[in-house]
Amino acid sequence: MSRKNRKVSSESLNISAAQKAYVRKHLLLKRKIRIYQYLLLIGFIAFWEISTHIGIVDPFIFSSPLRVMKTIAHMTIDGQLFYHIGITLLETLVSFALVNIVGLIIATLLWWNDSLSKVLEPYLIVLNSLPKSALAPVFIVWLGANMKTIIVAAVSVALFGSIITLYSDFKAVEEDKIKLIYTLGGKKKDVLFKVVLPSNIPSMISLMKVNIGLSLVGVIIGEFLAAKAGLGYLIIYGSQVFRLDWVIMSVVILCIVATGLYKILSYFEKRYTR
Amino acid sequence: MSELLRIDHISYTYHSLDGETPALLDVSFHVNDGEFLGIVGPSGCGKSTLLSLIAGLLTPSSGSIYINDKDIKSSGKNIGYMLQKDHLLDWRDTLRNVTLGMEIQHKLSENSYVQINELLNTYGLITFKNSYPSELSGGMRQRAALIRTLLLEPDILLLDEPFSALDYQTRLEVADDIWSIIHQEKKTAILITHDISEAISMSDRVIVLSERPGTVKRTFDIKLSISDRTPFAARSAPEFKDYFNAIWKELNHNEQEK
Repeated sequence: MSRKNRKVSSESLNISAAQKAYVRKHLLLKRKIRIYQYLLLIGFIAFWEISTHIGIVDPFIFSSPLRVMKTIAHMTIDGQLFYHIGITLLETLVSFALVNIVGLIIATLLWWNDSLSKVLEPYLIVLNSLPKSALAPVFIVWLGANMKTIIVAAVSVALFGSIITLYSDFKAVEEDKIKLIYTLGGKKKDVLFKVVLPSNIPSMISLMKVNIGLSLVGVIIGEFLAAKAGLGYLIIYGSQVFRLDWVIMSVVILCIVATGLYKILSYFEKRYTR
Repeated sequence: MSELLRIDHISYTYHSLDGETPALLDVSFHVNDGEFLGIVGPSGCGKSTLLSLIAGLLTPSSGSIYINDKDIKSSGKNIGYMLQKDHLLDWRDTLRNVTLGMEIQHKLSENSYVQINELLNTYGLITFKNSYPSELSGGMRQRAALIRTLLLEPDILLLDEPFSALDYQTRLEVADDIWSIIHQEKKTAILITHDISEAISMSDRVIVLSERPGTVKRTFDIKLSISDRTPFAARSAPEFKDYFNAIWKELNHNEQEK
C-alpha cells in the first residue's frame, strides 16, 4: 500500500490542467453519490416518522424513528443497552475466533492427509448444505439454554463452509511452488509454512469477512431460541410483548455492529495485503 | 576434467489408471566437473523427468545415478534445481526470497549475511534487497532465483528451461547473465531446453534425446573458435550454424522415424 501511495504523490507534483479537471470531475461525482446516499436515508426516516403521525401506519406495530431514539436514550441511561450489545458481541467474537481457529486446523489436517480429506469429503458437503438452524433445538436439549448453546450454534453456521473454502484454497497453490520447496531440500512442513499458509493469507482474511457475518447470524439464531440476554433476545422478547420499539432498535444496532465488525476486518485486509 | 555425475542405464515409467507411460528408456551419460551440459529433445521426451530423477524428487524405475562414484542418495552432495519460472514468493522481499533455501535447510545464521550481501552486490541486486518481486525485472527475478539456489552451495546445477518464460530480448540477456554467474562460481550445470541455439551457445557439450521414451540419440562436443565465449558471442561463431544444422537434423530425423 505504502509503495503505491508514494507513486501517486510523486506524480501529483506536476499534473496537467486536463488531469486536474479529470480529478475534480471524479471527486464531484463521488460527492454527489454520497449526497444521494444520505438523502435516501434521511428521506426514509422522515417518511417513516411522518407516516406514523398522519396515520398511514400504526406506530404501535411499526414503531417510529423518534420512539426508537427515545428507547435508545432510555436504555443507555439505565445501562441495559450496553449489557445486551456486550453479550451479543462477546458471543459473536468467541464464535468467530473458534470458527477461524478450528477451521484453519481442520483444513490444514485435510491438506496434510489426502486419504483423510477423501474420506471426510461427503460428510463435509452434507454438513455444509444442512440448514444449521435445524440443529439449534438439538443443541438446546444437549447443552441447555445457555451461552454454550448459542456459541455452538453460531460456530456450526460458519465452520463447515470455512473448512471447505480454506481446504480448496490450500489445494489451489501452484504445483511448481511446491516443487520449488522440495528442490530446495524442504519437507512437507516447509511446503505448509513457507508456501501454503503465507500465500493464503489474503484469502484467509476475506474468508474472515464472511465468517464474522455468519457468526453474527448464528448468534442471533441462538439467542432467539436459548437466551436471557443479547440483541437476539431483545428482538424475540420485544415481539412477544409487543414492544416493537425494542425490536426495531435492536435491528438498527445490529446493522451498526455488523458494519463495524466488517469495517474492522476490511481495515486489516488493507493493511496486510499488498 | 574428472567425472562428477554418472547416469547409468536409467529408465522411468509413469503409472496412471489408464496405463503406463515409459518416459525414459535406458539413458546413460556422464557430466564432468565444471562442465556445462546441454540436453535438447522434442517436447514430451522426458527431459524434465530426467532432472527430477537427478534431483532425487523421483526414483528411477531401473538404473542408478552416481555422484563421484557414490550412489546419489548416499553421496550427501547438494543438487541445485532451477525451475522454468523464477517462482519468487510474492510476499517476501528479495533478501528473504534468496534466503528461502537456507532457511529451509537451517543454514541461515548471522554470518551468512556477509556472503548473501556479497552475492547480491556482485549480481546487481543489492539496491533491490528490500524490494518485492513485482518490482523486479524479468532478468533480476531470474538472478535472484539463481542466487537462492547458489547459496545452498550446490555441486551440480540443474536448469529446467529457465528462460522459457521470458521474452526473446530478456532471454538473451539473462542467458548471458546466468552463464557468467555459473562460470564465475565454477559450477557444473545441466541445462535442459528445446531451443537449439540456446543449447549450443551455453553448453560445452550437447546431448540429443529421442522422442518418448527418451533415450540418448547423439552427443555433440561444442568447440567454438572464438576467444570471448559468452552465450551471446557464441551465436556469431563460424561453427555455430553447423552445429545448429547437425542438431536440427538429428531432432527431425527423430520425427521422420515415427
